[in-house]
Amino acid sequence: MAQFNLPANSIVKKGKEFPAPAGATNVKRFKVYRYDPDSGSNPRVDTYDVDLDTCGPMVLDALIKIKNEIDPTLTFRRSCREGICGSCSMNIDGGNTLACIKAISDVKGDVKVYPLPHMEVVKDLVPDLTNFYAQYASVKPWMQSDTPPPPDRERLQSKEDREQLEGLEECILCACCSTSCPSYWWNSDRYLGPAALLSAYRWIADSRDEATGERLDELEDPFKLYRCHTIMNCTNSCPKGLNPAKAITEIKKLIVKRKN
Amino acid sequence: MSVSQRPLSPHLQVYSWHLTMALSILHRMTGVFLSFGAVALVIVLVSMASGADAYSCIHDALTHPIGLLFLFAWTFALYFHMANGVRHLVWDAGLGLGKKVASSSGWYVLAFAVLATAASWLSMVMGVLV
Repeated sequence: MAQFNLPANSIVKKGKEFPAPAGATNVKRFKVYRYDPDSGSNPRVDTYDVDLDTCGPMVLDALIKIKNEIDPTLTFRRSCREGICGSCSMNIDGGNTLACIKAISDVKGDVKVYPLPHMEVVKDLVPDLTNFYAQYASVKPWMQSDTPPPPDRERLQSKEDREQLEGLEECILCACCSTSCPSYWWNSDRYLGPAALLSAYRWIADSRDEATGERLDELEDPFKLYRCHTIMNCTNSCPKGLNPAKAITEIKKLIVKRKN
Repeated sequence: MSVSQRPLSPHLQVYSWHLTMALSILHRMTGVFLSFGAVALVIVLVSMASGADAYSCIHDALTHPIGLLFLFAWTFALYFHMANGVRHLVWDAGLGLGKKVASSSGWYVLAFAVLATAASWLSMVMGVLV
């Protein structure tokens, strides 16, 4: 049975306040989830008033500014700062997205920043993605083929076959979709979640892959696949504009089709 | 520190509701509610078979304001669950899964359920008045 409220050690307390420097005129308030594993106390929300006149346009710019200039203990993942690495995925303003491509100006009122939802928190905005990666690995996200490649060239694909992979191979595994999904919140131990299923379909749809049957066998399971109830949070949250819900439906359709 | 002591990040507490998310849980709730309605229907049928006294007792209960509210909610649940079920069938065929379409189809389903409920009850009230 799903537990809708947070366990006692996870209830978020009020945290510290860091006012803006004197003379700042263009101030935005950032409310950021903090958890220090060494303190032994509950998570808290700290409030930082950031002067936007001296800050870049994105939420990640503000987080970096906070870490550099206000509070060096703030911990978060980031790398490319341009929406291609998927490191800075988090819950901003009630939705999952990448901090580096979320404009501060898109947020009305205070900017609320939380880690990806319903995940174990390692520290501050850093969730433990071990299970998420294990689920990705479980769909065998590589090409499986018994036919040897031609001796003089790569395995070629027609333009039409390559088009089948559009909207699938762009996934950067940021986990925004899976951690936006209520089904994944309640059943992440058994439901693979939209990201892993999109990756599974990426190989099912690949004309060069010859393990489609085995892949579908593996997915045909009440929990691994069929916990998807088309809630559509995955598609609504994907920062790359992909459609995991559609990919999951295509897998379900293939399973039905092969029974006939 | 053991891993299990790590806190769970907030989920329902912080996630903002989309229409598709709200209608998904409403679909489930109306489904459960419809099964209560089915039980009520059986009770009405049994009371009819048991004679006038039993039926008038059930009739009084269902025409009591609370009974009427139950029937009204049941009507809405029926129309909503039916229309949203069709929406799910279309989705299962692989259609209408785009971000915008999935949202607008939700509004259509909701509008249908509200209008159909209102139309049913208006026609019934008018019928009683006439």
